[in-house]
Amino acid sequence: MSAVFEVRNLKRSFGGLAVTNDVSISMAPGDRVALIGPNGAGKTTFVNLVTGNLKPSAGQVLLGGEDVTGLNSTQRVRRGLVRSFQVTRLFPEMTPEEHVALAILQREGRSGRMFGSHRAMADVGEETAAILSTLGLSSLADNRVREIAYGQQRLLELALALALKPKVLLLDEPAAGVPQSDTGLIEKALADLPADLAVLMIEHDMDLVFRFARRVIVLAAGEIIFDGLPSDATRDTRVRQAYLGSYADARSLA
Amino acid sequence: MTVPTSKDSASSATSDRRVRLRPDVIGVLVIAAAAIAGYLLFPNNLALLTRITAIALLVLSLDLVTGYCGVATLGHAALFGAGAYGAGIVAVHFGMTDPFAMLGFGIIAGALAGLVSGVVVLRAHGLPQLVLSIAIVHLAHEVANKASGWTGGSDGLAGITPDAVFGLYQFDLWGRTAYVFGIVLLILVFVVLRQIVRSPFGMLCRGIRQDPLRVQALGASVNGTLVKMYVISGAVAGAGGALNAISTQVVGLDSLSFTLSAEALVMLVLGGTGSLYGALIGTLTFMWFEDVVSAANPFHWLTIVGALLIAVVLFAPKGLYGTIAAWFAGRKRRSA
Ligand SMILES: Nc1ncnc2c1ncn2[C@@H]1O[C@H](COP(=O)(O)OP(=O)(O)O)[C@@H](O)[C@H]1O
Ligand SMILES: [Mg+2]
Repeated sequence: MSAVFEVRNLKRSFGGLAVTNDVSISMAPGDRVALIGPNGAGKTTFVNLVTGNLKPSAGQVLLGGEDVTGLNSTQRVRRGLVRSFQVTRLFPEMTPEEHVALAILQREGRSGRMFGSHRAMADVGEETAAILSTLGLSSLADNRVREIAYGQQRLLELALALALKPKVLLLDEPAAGVPQSDTGLIEKALADLPADLAVLMIEHDMDLVFRFARRVIVLAAGEIIFDGLPSDATRDTRVRQAYLGSYADARSLA
Repeated sequence: MTVPTSKDSASSATSDRRVRLRPDVIGVLVIAAAAIAGYLLFPNNLALLTRITAIALLVLSLDLVTGYCGVATLGHAALFGAGAYGAGIVAVHFGMTDPFAMLGFGIIAGALAGLVSGVVVLRAHGLPQLVLSIAIVHLAHEVANKASGWTGGSDGLAGITPDAVFGLYQFDLWGRTAYVFGIVLLILVFVVLRQIVRSPFGMLCRGIRQDPLRVQALGASVNGTLVKMYVISGAVAGAGGALNAISTQVVGLDSLSFTLSAEALVMLVLGGTGSLYGALIGTLTFMWFEDVVSAANPFHWLTIVGALLIAVVLFAPKGLYGTIAAWFAGRKRRSA
């Protein structure tokens, strides 16, 4: 079994409340997994534990078989574990072009260069333009991020993740806040991801989940209550109970 | 929108480089023109103008860590003082009186002081960080005071007699040589710093100021980058300190003081943080103001400087340069 990404018995609680309770997940290259669950189920906390933004009280995180639990978040990114944030984290005074260029330079180990602007590096400019165009951001390339719409900031958040060319990609609600008219861009970008990349996406838009995922994991109150095929998830009684008549139910009635 | 071919983007990259080189050339010309004007208008005041140049290097150095990286510090004179004592000590105790050797040792001493204070200051954030920086400059001051065998203690380190520049230009009584030496140094530092702040590394530093968590999520090391910037900043402040030692031929404990640290921060805020021009304009304005007002009214000049600062912070929070630049940018956008 060649897991590119594995989590073993991960635990974390806040003030006595177990927010992540003995979670184990394994993913192989090329996996397309959706992590769903009601608000407050612990999905974002799970991502934070995996990336090293939060410390788990117990459990391990493995990347390509190597235990990375002791590494900080920066070191994990360099080993190919990349995330996007549910609430955008961008540089308000910088442009989308600068954001993507910086991600590319960082990926290539050139972000420490002290001479010459990235604008004079033809290869970086070309790749930056291509990524921005994939997400429909070309016309905004030179605007400051604080001046562009939130939906487009969400797309830039995804662009940064793509620019880092990860091995394992964790997307925290990439479509939340993106206007319906633009979610197509996200889907297209996701569909074009390298086949061997392992992707775990947290998403509330069930249509998106069903088109994207070949496997669904349902988290409720910090525990995995379902891990299997998308079509089985909607029929599962525990999943239905956890959602108490929200999307899963609505979907099965439709 | 089509993806540009490599030929397109390569040619746009070169023309872009040309466009971006122009502000540098203009910047150098403006500094040179101001320097020449100062030389012609105030030939009897070259010592003050050289002091302004040395302090400008300190304020530029502070801008690198505070303006570009967002590190709060009230201890930056420690780096300036390290450069001043470094240059002074090699001259007095080791007989290395070549001005370039003194400058070189000042830069190294400043860079080392930058490394040490960077590693210490960056362990904390916010207010604790500020307190650590204050502690550093007080400690440095105390060490220099106690090690009077090396530093001359509170009497200052005297007897610094730099050789002639290239063996030709003596450091004369009028301070002409020191002034030209200082201005050339300032221009060189300015050109190098323009490169650095626009480089990928400079972009990373701006990113750290705006959102360090995002920088980490890109896989870049926040502290590693900041320590590097601290070392560069120390080298620049050290150059300023060395210039001060070479031009005044004495180093006093005031070059390592909390007061100088705080004044440097005031000058930076006055001119505008996060821009090299802001640092230069802030230094020039503050020191010129200090000289004029303290001569006219020696008792209340600090009150007047305080009032000026309050006015700037309230009505032009981006500083003098930042406000003017924003006004021009707005006008350009409106007319476009
Ligand atoms: N830093 C924190 N301190 C205390 N409680 C937290 C913290 N972060 C998250 N929580 C709590 O953990 C639970 C799970 O949150 P989260 O992981 O954001 O859920 P989800 O992403 O599934 O909506 C919530 O009850 C939330 O209030
Ligand atoms: Mg969440």
